[in-house]
Amino acid sequence: MTTAADGGDELRLELNGITKIYPSVIANEDVSLAVKRGEIHAVLGENGAGKSTLMKMIYGVAKPDAGEMKWEGEVVHVENPAHARSLGIGMVFQHFSLFETLNVVENVALALPGNPDLNKLAEQITEVSNRYGLPVDPQRLVHALSVGERQRVEIIRCLLQNPKLLIMDEPTSVLTPQAVRKLFDTLRQLAAEGCSILYISHKLDEIQELCHVATVLRDGKVTGDCIPAEETPKSMASLMIGKELPVPEHSVPGELGEVRLQLNRLSRVSDDPFGTDLQDIELEVRSGEILGIAGVSGNGQQELLYALSGEEPLNDADAIVICGKSSGRDQPDRRRSNGMGFVPEERLGRGAVPRMSLTENALLTAHQAGMLKHGMIQFDKIAAFARKCIADFNVKCGGEEHAANSLSGGNLQKFIMGREILLAPKLLVVAQPTWGVDVGAAAFIRQELIDLRSGGAAILVISEELEELFEISDRIAVIAEGRLSPAKQLADTNIDEIGVWMSGMWEQPAAGVAAHD
Amino acid sequence: MIRLERRPEASQVMSYASPLIAILLMLIGGLLLFAFLGKNPLEGFKVFFINPVSDWYGVSELFLKATPLMLIAVGLAVGFRANVWNIGAEGQLIVGGIAASAVALYFQEAEGAHVLILMVIAGGIGGMLWAAIPAFLKTRFNTNEILVSLMLVYVAQLLVSWLVHGPMMDPDGFNFPQSRMFEDSALLPLLSEDSRLNLAFVFALGALLAGYIFMFRSFAGFQMQVAGYARDAARYAGFSAKRMIWIGLLSGGAMAGFAGMSEVAGPMGQLTEHVSSNYGFAAIIVAFVARLNPVGIFFASLLMALLYLGGEQAQQYMNLPSSISNVFQGMLLMFLLGSDVLINYRVSWKEARV
Repeated sequence: MTTAADGGDELRLELNGITKIYPSVIANEDVSLAVKRGEIHAVLGENGAGKSTLMKMIYGVAKPDAGEMKWEGEVVHVENPAHARSLGIGMVFQHFSLFETLNVVENVALALPGNPDLNKLAEQITEVSNRYGLPVDPQRLVHALSVGERQRVEIIRCLLQNPKLLIMDEPTSVLTPQAVRKLFDTLRQLAAEGCSILYISHKLDEIQELCHVATVLRDGKVTGDCIPAEETPKSMASLMIGKELPVPEHSVPGELGEVRLQLNRLSRVSDDPFGTDLQDIELEVRSGEILGIAGVSGNGQQELLYALSGEEPLNDADAIVICGKSSGRDQPDRRRSNGMGFVPEERLGRGAVPRMSLTENALLTAHQAGMLKHGMIQFDKIAAFARKCIADFNVKCGGEEHAANSLSGGNLQKFIMGREILLAPKLLVVAQPTWGVDVGAAAFIRQELIDLRSGGAAILVISEELEELFEISDRIAVIAEGRLSPAKQLADTNIDEIGVWMSGMWEQPAAGVAAHD
Repeated sequence: MIRLERRPEASQVMSYASPLIAILLMLIGGLLLFAFLGKNPLEGFKVFFINPVSDWYGVSELFLKATPLMLIAVGLAVGFRANVWNIGAEGQLIVGGIAASAVALYFQEAEGAHVLILMVIAGGIGGMLWAAIPAFLKTRFNTNEILVSLMLVYVAQLLVSWLVHGPMMDPDGFNFPQSRMFEDSALLPLLSEDSRLNLAFVFALGALLAGYIFMFRSFAGFQMQVAGYARDAARYAGFSAKRMIWIGLLSGGAMAGFAGMSEVAGPMGQLTEHVSSNYGFAAIIVAFVARLNPVGIFFASLLMALLYLGGEQAQQYMNLPSSISNVFQGMLLMFLLGSDVLINYRVSWKEARV
């Protein structure tokens, strides 16, 4: 923990009474915050607390309805992102905006004004990447880069414009623990050189470790400023969600029951030229346990999930055995009637139809539960099911007749999770259960998963958030480059070991692991 | 400065207002067109839109013209809702007409209702067969159904032309390219004696009702709507994409084929090269103006039928070319596509900031 670098009192950015009203919601109300030179300033809040809207106004994507913004002491109206960049404000978005078929230099050049010389630019990229410990090869095509590398490209793209303020939106959600360490080193170095950093996150431990100051938002309002180093995660959580952070109760695993999911040398060549081929994946999930699969995104998780769900059936029926039935060639609805539930990573557009009501979205997978009569939809039954789902899973929404895209990410995830759990699956496969979900909802969802498993279901969770897997799993395995590691009991492993495994190195003896550290 | 701003959510109101705006713009465009051609715009409006429906016979003709449009549009809408783009209803109508004519000519001497029943079945199957070609090619080889179904229209047109010049030509018809006139047993019964309106209109209303139930009450209709809104969600739920392609194309084909039957067994009474007056294409416009909703299709079909009748009147009384109907249809579609922008965007008049 370092204090703000030299010139600590010089204010770089000052927001006074910023208010932004959207037709249906007040996104920000009377928000004030001040960022000093060389300060790493956390903006902490749940999903939907108004963090992103606030950042968009600073970056010129949206305009405030009231309040003023001062940049280095002078009032400014940021017209658009180009204007923001010319002031010295850079932003790294949560979802990257890179062209997969172009290489790194070309992608960077596209964001720069004018028509930069690509060779010179490549040199500059190498220079910046060396200086800040952001290794990336300027000539590589973006599709071949890992998520961590793509993020580095985004950061380098900002750094080339010598920003005085760098906005980072949930930057660690896609990184391995080791990559998070590296990113923090880079950010600290930048801050030490005088660059201010606005760090948006809902991860309390990261903010405690990295940030000098934190501004906490809840429901669009500032609920407090604090110095993270002087707080506990509990006290910050209560500022953020207005109550104490619920911690899931992880009861001791009971008797393991029958095998509900078995993968036998599952291999599949990806249809996508940029995809990952699955190689000889073997695993078993039994009734009453949660198996977690960790891994950096892009290592075959998508492909494995598509094969498991049946959205891309296999040729080999025996490669996937669901509740005793060879299901490799089955379509998703067959697998569902065999007792499998599935929660995909993408909520809008895959797990739910954005424009359809929650009732209709319940029908998407619940139609096998007596919702049809002679091929006709029984709307009263399905609406009752949707209402139960909303009530039991605490989904905040206007009602079951509202469209899925009117819900926040966390609430939609609770709805989808609820829909699948209410169907009483014998086996539930979940991808990224709490991605982009606020802490309150995330804790709720994790508790539901644990309760479902304690009730005898077998659960497979594929997540890129290690903390989450360590919180809920009974056993944990790692996927890397399309291969799956052996699964370990949670007590027999730790985050560091799994972190090393995430680079694909589990086959070496223990000595090899130590050497890698 | 006028700017288009993206709406936070697609506007429900606009999605229904947009067809009305398009109709209004089409009317204005039509009046301007009349003025430009040196005609009195108000006179033109009266001839085009009022005169055709000023008496019962006119109204019955309106229903008669609207019948094939309703049938085809509701069949197409089933597929369009699942993003299955059958553009070849015109060809499916022709093949349906050919099949129904073949039955009528085969049973020339026969009496009884079975002739008409067989003609209905033959018409539907003929249209479905023609639509099955793009469905098979799409599900088997992933071809584009828009291109295949459209190209098959021209094949069907040449096919009917060959038939009425050859095997199906009336032997006593002085070499005119048309079939024998059908016997009464092969003609659809009229609904009223002083009009040409026939039983097909009742079938069309029934088809609209059935289409409504299928789209909004049945699980199959729900599956198709899911596929239209979010393909990945349909795949996630395990709805078979191939099945939807088949349902989408065959429903359009069956309805178009039946519409072809209703033409040859209705106002025409025989098979000619001109089985269709572009109904297969006009019905696409009808389906979109109607927002793929059977209730809307009822009204949009009447409007489109009015454009047909108005065009005929304009030819007769105003000396305008027959393509005037197509011009109005084209304007309607173009304005509809244009005003649909307002569903996702809104216009704002903002002063450009310095």
